[in-house]
Amino acid sequence: MTVKELFETMEYGPAPESAAEALAWLVDGGDRFGHFIDGRFTAPTDGFESRNPATGEVLATLSQATREDVDAAVAAARRAQAKWARLGGHGRAKYLYALARLIQKHARLFAVLETLDNGKPIRESRDIDIPLVHRHFYYHAGLAQLMESELPGHVPHGVCGQIIPWNFPLLMLAWKVAPALAAGNTVVLKPAEYTSLSALLFADICREAGLPRGVVNIVTGEGAVGEMIVNHPGIDKIAFTGSTEVGRKIRAATAGSGKALTLELGGKSPYIVFEDADIDSAVEGLVDAIWFNQGQVCCAGSRLLVQEGIAPRFYDKLRARMDKLRIGDPLDKCIDVGAVVDPVQLQTITRMVEEGGAEGEIYRSAAPLPEGCYYPPTLITGLSPASTLMQEEIFGPVLVGTTFRTPAEAVQLANNTRYGLAASVWTENVNLALDIAPKLVAGVVWVNATNLFDAAAGFGGMRESGFGREGGWEGLHAYLRAGGATKPLKQIPPEGKPEEPEVADPLDRTAKLYVGGKQARPDGGYSRSVYSPRGRLLGHVGLGNRKDIRNAVEAAQGAKGWAKTTGHLRAQILYYIAENLSARTAEFTERLRGLTGQQEKSARAEVEAAIARLFTYAAWADKYDGAAHSVPIRGVALAMNAPVGVVGALCPDEMPLLGLVSLMAPAIAMGNTCVLVPSEPYPLAATDFYQVLDTSDLPAGVVNIVTGSHSELAPALAGHMDVDACWCFSSTELSAVVERASIHNLKRTWVNYGRARDWMGAQGEGREFLRAATEVKNIWVPYGE
Amino acid sequence: MQSDPQTLDHSPAAAALPQLGHARNPGMALDMDWVRAQQANTSAIERRTAALPARRSVKKDHQAAWLLKAITLIDLTTLSGDDTAERVRRLCAKARQPVRADLLAALGMGPIHVGAVCVYHEMVEPAVAALEGTAIPVAAVSTGFPAGLSPYPLRVQEIRESVKAGASEIDIVISRRHVLSGDWQALYDEMREFRAACGAAHVKAILATGELGTLRNVARASLVCMMAGADFIKTSTGKETVNATLPVSLVMMRAIRDYWERTGHRVGYKPAGGISKAKDALVYLALLKEELGDRWMQPDLFRFGASSLLGDIERQLEHHVTGQYSAAYRHPMG
Repeated sequence: MTVKELFETMEYGPAPESAAEALAWLVDGGDRFGHFIDGRFTAPTDGFESRNPATGEVLATLSQATREDVDAAVAAARRAQAKWARLGGHGRAKYLYALARLIQKHARLFAVLETLDNGKPIRESRDIDIPLVHRHFYYHAGLAQLMESELPGHVPHGVCGQIIPWNFPLLMLAWKVAPALAAGNTVVLKPAEYTSLSALLFADICREAGLPRGVVNIVTGEGAVGEMIVNHPGIDKIAFTGSTEVGRKIRAATAGSGKALTLELGGKSPYIVFEDADIDSAVEGLVDAIWFNQGQVCCAGSRLLVQEGIAPRFYDKLRARMDKLRIGDPLDKCIDVGAVVDPVQLQTITRMVEEGGAEGEIYRSAAPLPEGCYYPPTLITGLSPASTLMQEEIFGPVLVGTTFRTPAEAVQLANNTRYGLAASVWTENVNLALDIAPKLVAGVVWVNATNLFDAAAGFGGMRESGFGREGGWEGLHAYLRAGGATKPLKQIPPEGKPEEPEVADPLDRTAKLYVGGKQARPDGGYSRSVYSPRGRLLGHVGLGNRKDIRNAVEAAQGAKGWAKTTGHLRAQILYYIAENLSARTAEFTERLRGLTGQQEKSARAEVEAAIARLFTYAAWADKYDGAAHSVPIRGVALAMNAPVGVVGALCPDEMPLLGLVSLMAPAIAMGNTCVLVPSEPYPLAATDFYQVLDTSDLPAGVVNIVTGSHSELAPALAGHMDVDACWCFSSTELSAVVERASIHNLKRTWVNYGRARDWMGAQGEGREFLRAATEVKNIWVPYGE
Repeated sequence: MQSDPQTLDHSPAAAALPQLGHARNPGMALDMDWVRAQQANTSAIERRTAALPARRSVKKDHQAAWLLKAITLIDLTTLSGDDTAERVRRLCAKARQPVRADLLAALGMGPIHVGAVCVYHEMVEPAVAALEGTAIPVAAVSTGFPAGLSPYPLRVQEIRESVKAGASEIDIVISRRHVLSGDWQALYDEMREFRAACGAAHVKAILATGELGTLRNVARASLVCMMAGADFIKTSTGKETVNATLPVSLVMMRAIRDYWERTGHRVGYKPAGGISKAKDALVYLALLKEELGDRWMQPDLFRFGASSLLGDIERQLEHHVTGQYSAAYRHPMG
């Protein structure tokens, strides 16, 4: 068209970004790439093709890693690790800083390569992905620098196996590699097979930075390679970002292996619009929520909840906005929606909408849709919570919507999901926003915004969206563990029945279960006799079963109002428990002596330690502060320490009173409710203890005690889908059982892997317990009038 | 003081105005529910306007066409105490022929002219004379411009004088104090009377957004002025500390869209002050295209209030034609 014609039509026209430099980099690599192991690229082997989804063109041939390749990568990482850790925080910070600088210097090359490989619009890779990548390395250079002074006593896990998805290839690499390296780990990373190229360019950058060999290793290939990493005995920690389905498999595969695990999985994040919101801005926000990266975003605001009164007008405005989106060549700077990553993903999206869309009203953007791997921005309204598409993650540019009437209903609908990754809340009412945000089950909440990310604020989910955080101080903990040697824990069996039981007092004292603030008989109707080591019959203890666990969990769920109480009140109650326990020191000392046969002095020491522990967590109850993260917006990111929910715990056998108190106190101090399975051989300290609880103003159901066999109760407790975390410090080998059973709702687990813990000492209390009892929830509140 | 929409001018003369391509906004009764419901979330609005330039870029021939279009949307302005009739005649000559003929020929374009010439009242007559025989309207700033604090009857009379002198567009300034004190009825009444005083001349309501305190106030003031019958809403006098900005523009465009969706009447938009680069003009046009659509990209619904923007566009056009960066002295001054 001539200028004169364009003067009339006022069209945008093409604004292509050149791919020349990125293509030249591929040609320099021979269009064939090996793995990056021990600081060198291996010779390329035949593997698979990496294609540009926008055109279908082959960009390069990549190698499919074999077991030998993975072994070599793990061995290289292992060889490099100790030296890398010994380099110290400042030494590592220098390398991370160099990586940040180099990525920034090659920013456009990375951005173009990413767009070629993934199909995302160049605007996004250039203005969002890559800037967040170098920001992540800069930030973690800082964490490395400060780690030794700020987190003494912590050591790296060792070798980390990291598996990342295709939606943000380089950004996910940064989220994995930067904290791992900062903490002193070395890594074996597998990029997604669709999008490995930017990881290989990153490998090149590692060489330019002079990063010691073996610190970063990158192996390419399909899911099978990921499996090899997950199951590799030489790996100490697995970090995975991807689908919930694969995350569940990884949890099962690593159960009992002792490998640390963090999972960042799927989502169906609510996008809540209240009637007093800035409607036009909320509509515009959806462009960044669900049409960002073609909706292939784990935290995409994919579930629209609009207040009834404004819904028709909101939908009208939204449809009009959808028609304005520009879909097409991802390398065009004037494009909003690029190509879907692969024809396979396009088919998945198409099939899901075909199968589930008919339940609602489908609107597709009227914008022209190019031929090829593209899906139109789509809105499906009129769905109900029961509709499949309201529940299942689509991972495409498809928004589903429904309405709500009241703030309470908005929260109910928002939380009516197996996921818990992110949420957006739109309202001009600060009271409403700050009331709703903490009630949403989500690791990240954006107020009047969406998809804001920064290295300084942790990102990660609740429920089946996974566990662990990436970013911020909270994210660094995923790559650290407590230092110090541990000893194996010997199993302590219950005292067997003596030939001639000695009955000291014929007056029967019946120890029951403690459920919902009441004593309860075990459902099965069985009891076990408890003897002292010298054969004295001490009493009987109920043998709880899975139904007792069910009842206890129900009671714990019913007591969730506990989370809304103030830290001050929880502290008062913990002090009161301590006070009441203290009044019965002699009795508990005697009980512990009887059960374990220990000396009076050590039994009394345990009681006194339990009282001190209650004081510790009473102290913490109103002092485990969150943070106001320093994120680069005008606003704050409030990192709140929210209770995990219902904590199920198999208590230590060896210290029947202190062990139970050590788990119960941090849990309830942080606002959790709990189901405790006390020491199996010595259960009567716990059943005496509920009398203390009964007289300490603790609301019914906050603490529930189910006695019985650990191996019988562990699968029921760890498998219960209304339990949010399961801790196991039993002397029975149940770590694998608990971790395996946890896959159903992907609950957080904390197990001892058969290692002993010094409950009397520093290992028995502190921040490690508080971290386990809380989820860091980041609430982003941009402000400004 | 409130006048009935029916009493406003619908004479054939109004319909004959060269810039008129649509029915004038007759206004409506003040709807306070609607006004009070206006929200403007500053952070979200700033994110949108910050991202927009990177989302939309116009290149090559398209860019040349957009820049030519921008010229036709300029209210070429002089608002100085030392303005003289001769100075205004020079400006009008530039308005008739804003781009060198050889550049237009190279671009394959016929003659174009700017959207209007904008002057103080005393300069209306020389401007009208100088533009005789063209379709270029003369706009007069009015109502005690820029502060709007002269006696009210004089402000209304000033409009009548300018219309009498031949101005076919009147850029009035609103009383900011009505906005700041929340006296929306007073703002409505004032605007209504200004509009009535304009008769067939088009009225642009200058909100002086830099003095309204919040974007929410900008949204509300926009709406009230449209309800009172403004043909255009305009950001600034160019004399405030902060003049046209993208966030303010987004808020005003969204208000215009809302008003159009609910009443069916199109109101024009004029950002003024501080838009001096060709690149900025492209961003404003992209925002306009995105938020209001192509229909608004015409002089009857959009103007740039600018004095130095034209010079930068001329240089960019020469660069487009020759491939070499240009210099200011190569282009005739106004």
